[in-house]
Amino acid sequence: MNPIAVADKALFEIPPLDYSAIAPILILLGVAVVSVLVEAFAPKRARRPIQLVLVFGALIAAFVDVVTLSGLRTITASGSIAIDGPALVMQGAILILAALGAMLMAERLVDPSGDAFAARASALPGSEDEKQFTARGYFQTEVWPLFLFSVAGMLLFVAASDLLLMFVALEVMSLPLYLLVGMARRRRLLSQEASLKYFLLGAFSSAFFLYGSALIYGFAGSVNFGWIADAVSGKTGQNALLLIGVAMILVGLLFKIAAVPFHQWTPDAYQGAPTAVTAFMSTTVKIAAFGALLRVLYVAFGGLRLDWAPMMWIVAILTMVVGSVIAVTQSDIKRMLAYSSVAQAGFIMVGVIATSAAGLSSVLFYLIAYGFTTIGAFAVISIVRDSSGEATHLSKWSGLGKKSPVTATVVALFMLSFAGIPLTSGFIGKFGVFAAAIDSGATWLVIVAVVASVVSAFFYARVIVIMFFSEPNENTASVVVPSAFTTIVIAAGATVTVVLGILPQPLLDLVNNAGLFLR
Amino acid sequence: MNPANYVILSAVLFSLGAVGVLVRRNAIVVFMCVELMLNAANLAFVAFSKINGNLDGQVIAFFVMVVAAAEVVVGLAIIVQIFRTRRSVSIDEPNLLKY
Repeated sequence: MNPIAVADKALFEIPPLDYSAIAPILILLGVAVVSVLVEAFAPKRARRPIQLVLVFGALIAAFVDVVTLSGLRTITASGSIAIDGPALVMQGAILILAALGAMLMAERLVDPSGDAFAARASALPGSEDEKQFTARGYFQTEVWPLFLFSVAGMLLFVAASDLLLMFVALEVMSLPLYLLVGMARRRRLLSQEASLKYFLLGAFSSAFFLYGSALIYGFAGSVNFGWIADAVSGKTGQNALLLIGVAMILVGLLFKIAAVPFHQWTPDAYQGAPTAVTAFMSTTVKIAAFGALLRVLYVAFGGLRLDWAPMMWIVAILTMVVGSVIAVTQSDIKRMLAYSSVAQAGFIMVGVIATSAAGLSSVLFYLIAYGFTTIGAFAVISIVRDSSGEATHLSKWSGLGKKSPVTATVVALFMLSFAGIPLTSGFIGKFGVFAAAIDSGATWLVIVAVVASVVSAFFYARVIVIMFFSEPNENTASVVVPSAFTTIVIAAGATVTVVLGILPQPLLDLVNNAGLFLR
Repeated sequence: MNPANYVILSAVLFSLGAVGVLVRRNAIVVFMCVELMLNAANLAFVAFSKINGNLDGQVIAFFVMVVAAAEVVVGLAIIVQIFRTRRSVSIDEPNLLKY
């Protein structure tokens, strides 16, 4: 067939764009560009206040916009962007958690030498330059435009309804994160190493995603999810292009949610990154990536459930078991929480496999509950310090319960929620995904999940035991008094964890009313 | 020439890139292998565009080129920083984070 003749069918007409529906994304991208210009033109001292106003203004404006759009269910940009209930819920959650993450990144009181980021990322670690930059009180305000681009990518990622846009959103989300991970002020070698590993593995996995998209394009003749779903339901027999394509796309997405065997980057990136960045990315990327995974599996490949479900079963079981078991052996609390996030990803996958309306809404609930607990936990880690910076080794937490009872109690609350103890949000979340999975017949999967969560309760409880049932010694870290920023984050995390455990109904209503994905 | 052959070529290139990422030890070479994988995907998109008889695949190839260029910027920044710190771009040497 002659391609020029095909082009005559007006393939290049301008796609109609519903600007109001994608306004939150446009706001963030627009402010991100302004933020880059501020870096170029504003005087050094004025940059931080201007950037903070821009960042929080953009996040608030975008959130208000998402709330006003809450009833909207539409597909725009020729079927490339779906603004539907689940997308709006996830966008709202990402914006709130991103605002909390931004507060942690803006914190300046906990580290005596400045904020969480290197004075100049370009100065060599340990060099004379670095000492001078630190002494002069330089700050790397370039983190703010990177942060805004990343958040905009996440908002687009959960709304993307075609494989090309999803790939672009994936990169817009990830590329700034690779850089943010490498900018820690202290332990810079670790941070740079984490950045390199995260980048190389991330680029590797997104190449898989892209090649999978190419194969699906070859099969369906389009990268649009609606078209792909039609092509999938119309096919007869097995199709190698389709199955290999689905598998490769899933490799790319499972990497982002940190499922075993694609989890190796998680502990390194979480441990090496500045804790504020870890808090930000461990929560928002998880939501964004699960949003994309759900949309791909439910909308584009819903007709292939019998083909992808066995693979997802194996990955979910591996993720839960490997994550829980390896977390037991960890001695660094950031690394332990990284493996915990791997295990939690496995529990959320149990809800994904349910492939039902209940599965979708329970996954949304779990993601939001998990996000608030996690960001609170990392916020506490950032204020437990000794002379060398953050005291992440668990031995330095011994006796913290006697030294700083309030902080230790809040940590205990977060750990109980991770473990899924009743009256915390973690319990409602786990109950929801397990119930949805049993309803759809995945009883054995739920049994494995319950066993894995018993194993995971062990290492969460160990933190509590270390804090409360051992005496403080000379190595015990002390809790630094932070500014209002970090205090707000910890308070918000703890409040949401308790409130969702006792009064989950408002959020349950919200996720249930979100409805299904649009096609 | 049958455009399906180009799909096979792209699969070969993609596999070469993937194997290269797994076996090579120089960060720059690893990164070039990732770029090879992206370009293999581009070739597949263009070949499928010919097979399917629509232009979507060719348009997608342009988007992918732009994304790949952005990825090069970020990737080289990270690798150059590692090189300046360690005077080496071997991916075996940064080994502080483990287990």
